[in-house]
Amino acid sequence: MSRIDERFAACRAAGRPAFVAYLTAGDPSPARTVAACLELERGGADVIELGVPFSDPIADGPVIQRASERALARGTTLAGVLDLVRRARAAGLGLPVVLFSYLNPLLRFGLRELPAAARAAGCDGALVTDLPPEEAGAWIAACRAAELDTVFLAAPTSPPERLAAIADASRGFVYAVSRTGVTGEQVALSDDARPLVERLRAGGKPVALGFGIATPEQVAAAGAVADGVVVGSALVRFLEEHPEGDLAERVRWLRSATETPR
Amino acid sequence: MSDPGFFGEWGGRYVPETLVAPLDELEAAWRAAREDEGFLREYRRLLREYVGRPTALTFAERLSAELGLSLWLKREDLCHTGAHKINNALGQALLVKRLGKRRVVAETGAGQHGVATATACALLGLECVVYMGAEDMARQAPNVLRMRLLGADVRAVDGGSRTLKDAINEAMRDWVTNVRTTHYLLGSALGPHPFPTMVREFHAVIGEEAKAQFAAGPGGLPDLLVACVGGGSNAIGLFHAFLGDPVACVGVEAGGRSDAAGEHAARFAGGGAAPGVLHGTRTYLLQDAAGNVLPTHSVSAGLDYPAIGPEHAHLRDTGRVRYERVRDGEALAAFARLGRTEGILPALESAHAVAWVIREAAALRGKRIVLNLSGRGDKDLATVAAAFEAGP
Ligand SMILES: Cc1ncc(COP(=O)(O)O)c(C=O)c1O
Repeated sequence: MSRIDERFAACRAAGRPAFVAYLTAGDPSPARTVAACLELERGGADVIELGVPFSDPIADGPVIQRASERALARGTTLAGVLDLVRRARAAGLGLPVVLFSYLNPLLRFGLRELPAAARAAGCDGALVTDLPPEEAGAWIAACRAAELDTVFLAAPTSPPERLAAIADASRGFVYAVSRTGVTGEQVALSDDARPLVERLRAGGKPVALGFGIATPEQVAAAGAVADGVVVGSALVRFLEEHPEGDLAERVRWLRSATETPR
Repeated sequence: MSDPGFFGEWGGRYVPETLVAPLDELEAAWRAAREDEGFLREYRRLLREYVGRPTALTFAERLSAELGLSLWLKREDLCHTGAHKINNALGQALLVKRLGKRRVVAETGAGQHGVATATACALLGLECVVYMGAEDMARQAPNVLRMRLLGADVRAVDGGSRTLKDAINEAMRDWVTNVRTTHYLLGSALGPHPFPTMVREFHAVIGEEAKAQFAAGPGGLPDLLVACVGGGSNAIGLFHAFLGDPVACVGVEAGGRSDAAGEHAARFAGGGAAPGVLHGTRTYLLQDAAGNVLPTHSVSAGLDYPAIGPEHAHLRDTGRVRYERVRDGEALAAFARLGRTEGILPALESAHAVAWVIREAAALRGKRIVLNLSGRGDKDLATVAAAFEAGP
């Protein structure tokens, strides 16, 4: 069982959805990211997704685009992100960490080399936004060998055969994209979300729902549907507006409308 | 090549999951359409009656005499809207109708693909949104006005380098959001499968015509084909019909101001490019050591792009096509020279191909050359005027 598996199992046993927190690594600074990870853990997050900044983030909306630009302006690279994870672990971070990246930085680092390097730095999984399972053969093999969990995206447009293949290729959890579109906050959970999660559940792996979840009410609604809830842009925007704000407090607030275990 | 989405090790479909099924659907519709006599008849009728095909193959008499070679120009500048881009825009717009979608998004650099898309959408009654980098909107202002007059919603893209790459980013974000109702009418032979192959097929008419025209006129086959390469659509359109023949092919990239990083858009000839993935395809990409895409520069907006169509990556690896680069200043000089010798003002993109022939004339002595004059230069008058005012 990987650290991610254990977390989802523990959440399930406790009768609550896992809270998956996304941050863009290096925004607003490398040191702030290390501290931010520890704050997320203190606030009760279950999994951390660390975004690797990329020059051309086609799947991201304006909030994460700006965060990527700030992180790149501070010189953040994939190797630098691994170093941040190492530092966060040294500072006591216990949560599972999933790298969230576009493909090109990984290619440049070396698709075969990265999984072992990421594992050695203290990462538990990786999700590559623009790498669907059919192009991912070599990547999956390298991740399996290094025991790095592979998380794949499932979308409202994915037909049933693809959902099965996506769940099959995923380890740790499957990431259900709640609506067609890019990352960013939305006003209400899309009608696409529930049927997508239900179909993915058939694969037997935990399903985390993300994209656009930004308020305590949406966290509660998503948590009622899925095994995990991903909050990204809302946390990134919080850091943009309050670079030294307390993320632990923010996570507690975001979870405040979620039913406590029966 | 077992996998239809790859050219050797290049190409593929590296996109967010949301786009995979829509790309499958597009591929199925395109494969059905290319076997459908009704679709092909309609497409060919529009090329003939609306675009004005076949375009002429013009012997460039005075320039040939000056250079000591024989140069023919494939006159894509004579296409309706003034560039080859309309061949692809009309083909895809007809597919949009078959897909039952009503909205089209497109990116544009020089504005020629945007104008062609706006035109095809006006003709077929489709809603059209065009994303264009803010810098390109300034340097290709006449085309912005044309697109708006044709009913398109032109949206400025202020992110990144404010050029073609950023316009594609924004078009892809719109597409992923509105994918159920919207087709992304990609304007070059790049992007995820099936775009590189589909766009090539819609432009293959250029080389097919040129081959027949050359055989019927000068006779036989030319020695050499030359075309500029941005994403690579006009070049692959000309080359494709000749790839099995003993005809040399040269693709000319934008050498910009120098070979320094950020100063050019020469993925092959300029140095600094490495295999990578951008906009859904694996190809040569100008990038830094961490895998971030480098800024580019070219005097010509249509060549100002850090990646290249995947089939060109393959043609380069196999050695079937040679890639060269030409500087901004050489392209500007060629623009003026073609005007004075032949009465034709080429697009600054096409002027790169002309400039290479002029520069290499000594080595090309006596050769019979067909050059793809991919577009006309009206859109570039402001850029050219500013450059000539500033002096050499
Ligand atoms: C006239 C003309 N030629 C060439 C190009 C470059 O594109 P491609 O390499 O796809 O032909 C453009 C692109 O805008 C163009 O407008």
